[in-house]
Amino acid sequence: MDLSAINPILLIAALMSAATPILLAATGELIVEKAGVLNLGVEGMMITGAICGFAIAVETGSPTTGFVAAAVGGALLSLLFVLLTQVTLANQVASGLALTLFGLGLSSLLGQGYVGIKPPRMGDVNFGPLADIPVVGPILFSHDPVLYVGVLLVAIVWAVLRYTRVGLVLRAVGENHDAAHALGYKVVRIRTLAIMFGGALAGLGGAYISLIRVPQWTEGMTAGVGWIALALVVFASWKPWRVLLGAYLFGGITQLQLNLQGAGVAIPVEYLAMSPYLITIVVLVILSADKSAAPGSLGRPFHASG
Amino acid sequence: MIRLEKRPQPSRAFSWAAPLLAVLATFFFGGLLFAALGKDPVQSILTIFWQPLFGEFSFFYRPQLLIKGAPLVLIAIGLSLGFRAGIWNIGAEGQYIMGALFGAGFGLAFYPADSALIFPGMVLAGAFGGWIWAMIPAILKVRFGTNEILVSLMLVYVAEQFLASMSLGLMKNPEGFGFPGSRNLQQYPSAHNAELIAGSGMHWGVVAAMIAVIFAYVLLTRHRLGFAVRVTGEAPRAAKFSGVNPGRLVLFCLGTSGMLAGLAGLFEVSGPAGQVTIDFNTGYGFTAIIVAFLGRLHPIGIVLAGLLMALTYIGGDIAQSQLGLPAAAIQVFQGMLLFFLLAFDLFTNYRLRTGRTEAA
Repeated sequence: MDLSAINPILLIAALMSAATPILLAATGELIVEKAGVLNLGVEGMMITGAICGFAIAVETGSPTTGFVAAAVGGALLSLLFVLLTQVTLANQVASGLALTLFGLGLSSLLGQGYVGIKPPRMGDVNFGPLADIPVVGPILFSHDPVLYVGVLLVAIVWAVLRYTRVGLVLRAVGENHDAAHALGYKVVRIRTLAIMFGGALAGLGGAYISLIRVPQWTEGMTAGVGWIALALVVFASWKPWRVLLGAYLFGGITQLQLNLQGAGVAIPVEYLAMSPYLITIVVLVILSADKSAAPGSLGRPFHASG
Repeated sequence: MIRLEKRPQPSRAFSWAAPLLAVLATFFFGGLLFAALGKDPVQSILTIFWQPLFGEFSFFYRPQLLIKGAPLVLIAIGLSLGFRAGIWNIGAEGQYIMGALFGAGFGLAFYPADSALIFPGMVLAGAFGGWIWAMIPAILKVRFGTNEILVSLMLVYVAEQFLASMSLGLMKNPEGFGFPGSRNLQQYPSAHNAELIAGSGMHWGVVAAMIAVIFAYVLLTRHRLGFAVRVTGEAPRAAKFSGVNPGRLVLFCLGTSGMLAGLAGLFEVSGPAGQVTIDFNTGYGFTAIIVAFLGRLHPIGIVLAGLLMALTYIGGDIAQSQLGLPAAAIQVFQGMLLFFLLAFDLFTNYRLRTGRTEAA
């Protein structure tokens, strides 16, 4: 065992990268849940985004196009969820599960020809001399653009929810859809857009795993990150900045256990690999006492006739 | 303009017609999918659904129907109890793995002893393994109000890691020349879940599934606990007034489904699979969710849905070897089935009316 092999600066830098898929997916799901919809299909949308992004990036040679395709793929898959829950008023829990099961199958079908290929690499953002600052440079100024987009999105989501009319309407629909409907807001339309936004971000998160984190394609490679993102929204009490905090916490745990595996700690690999899931459970237990922050209409179907 | 109107009462006819419509729609869109993959759609569908039942080698495939159907039915029966009451155990895959590990572990501990008590002991251990794994989300939900969906699902990943650790470590066959995986239980008579009638596919898991179906049917229609399950799902407030204890119901539903999933795992690992290996679990715990819904959460429906889903597995294997249809296509096909079912269910609770448009 050689713990000194773990460099804290590199650990923090890697933690931010490990956190980004969870962060993107959880931010998307936050908007969905704020609109009063519980979409348990995050894992399915992520894995679909992962393969869409991967395939398009390989075919076009451009990771950026890949990320765009991943967002489109995730959003398209989420349209199925829209169809089920908003048009045919199906149970949201069951529909979300269906989306995940379908997404896992679809992704492995799409990904058949892409096993073992290396995707084009996305370069880091060039901050010039900033990247050479000791400690701060490697941590803050040596990442790919998508990571910064993720953090920026949290800020945007926070500002939109807090300060804009759009955010207010979205929250109104989520808190009480009947009242929002009575005020003349198009509940179904607003929820559809929110779900698609969630799908697009989940897709981006998935593509971040297949294009930057790993980077290659294997079946089922998201390995529960979508579910952790769902847990994270509860953990964050539906607050964007706490999503960021939580994502970095989980990213840190994931990265730390990977580093400990690498350092050859006496704990078997399998038990280290369990840790992110176990810690998710522990955090859920600690925080589930307070449900007051949950949107009032979360998970309830809406039909105009009441 | 067409609009939806809520039915005063769910339509019974549509509640049974929806699965049939869903199957038909899945045939159609599945056919399109197979065509898109460059396969003849009609031939693919026939290969999957006709050949195992009535084809040339059906004598070989029909027993498979029981072997693949039993774990699906066993798990789905347990899940359906919870789903009816709005208690969502989606971690059956984890409970399945833990049941297999506890059961196989019990059997392997006595290797190579010869006793008629070993197999019953394994069954109890398997049921206990699944039960205890499901008790984690159950107790957390009752005690702390933790979301059982997320906890039960997280425990699937934990169980998978645990399985990896066991098949590479503690349970590894000491005479296995270093290969991962346990001793083969099929070659250990006291622990082998053998066919009860040779060539029929009938093993103890099938018997257990039948008992579970009857048990669930009686429970739901004749027993107070079944009434509590149904009323909690349909009218939670009324359930409270009629004296249903929600905490006890959570423990019962999750515990029962965990126990049945654990049993399914044990029967699989000691019979058809034979060995604890890193990937002996084939996702029955997740497919059973589709089975439960497709069977309308009703014991008889679940049997039919379980057989249908078993057919897609068997037919899928045939289509894979004969037509080169990718295994993932079958997974998509199964997912589609759940999609269409949920969509067609609209007409169980609503009907279409033509008339004035309303703001929606």
